[in-house]
Amino acid sequence: MKSLYTWTAIFAVVAFSTAGDVLISNAMKRVGDVGPLFKNHGLARLLKSIAGNARLWLGIACMAGSFFSLLLALSWADVSLVGPASASLTFLSNAFFAKLFLHERVDRRRWIAALLVASGVALVAI
Amino acid sequence: MPVRKVATLLGVVLFGSFGDVALASGMKSMPAVDVHHLGALLVALTHPWVILGILLLLGFFSTYLSALSFADLTYVLPATSVGYVIMALLGRFFLHEDVSVFRWFGVALITVGVGFVAGGPALTVHHHQEPQRTEPELVGSSRS
Repeated sequence: MKSLYTWTAIFAVVAFSTAGDVLISNAMKRVGDVGPLFKNHGLARLLKSIAGNARLWLGIACMAGSFFSLLLALSWADVSLVGPASASLTFLSNAFFAKLFLHERVDRRRWIAALLVASGVALVAI
Repeated sequence: MPVRKVATLLGVVLFGSFGDVALASGMKSMPAVDVHHLGALLVALTHPWVILGILLLLGFFSTYLSALSFADLTYVLPATSVGYVIMALLGRFFLHEDVSVFRWFGVALITVGVGFVAGGPALTVHHHQEPQRTEPELVGSSRS
């Protein structure tokens, strides 16, 4: 039963983290490249533009959800399981949902990179 | 890729890595926090290393937002995962932690993965939109 709780919490970490990354990425694409915006309109208007994006705040809320799910998972299982499992699964789910919702071109090169990095992170975090 | 964009990605890596190491260093120099006395975490917020870690992680978040404004999520995440390599090196040589053979193998896999993604385009160009807008979507518009 404890194992079920642990994997549910790990799933929640991955889901919240992926939703947060996708929402934040979408928000920043809508804002546009911050370099030219800063140059043309100044810092105050740039910050106002970023802070006025509801998806950014929703993404940050999801990140907070991910953090608290991580704390919950760590209260039920060792960091040596929770850390690698959540980090590496998040890399793969980000690739899948970025293709689905952000319509990013996730070609073979990016899938291989995601798999290599996910495996590497799992080994580093053990 | 322009120098500004490379510097932003480097900023994500360095702010994230050094921020985590500063936080770890600060928390390790304090007594372990009991789950029944989480108020002790507030005391940690006054520790110089923890304060430095928080400031560096604010820098990480700023550069992360900036990177996502000009590159795909599936480019930024693998490209900046080189931070795990830096953290392993900092852990070994700065915090004097033991880094196992498995970890070094993981570091090698991450490095190859970063090399793979870095060789490709940073941004997906959709046919129905401009590759990169230079005018802002300012507050008050219908898109948010």
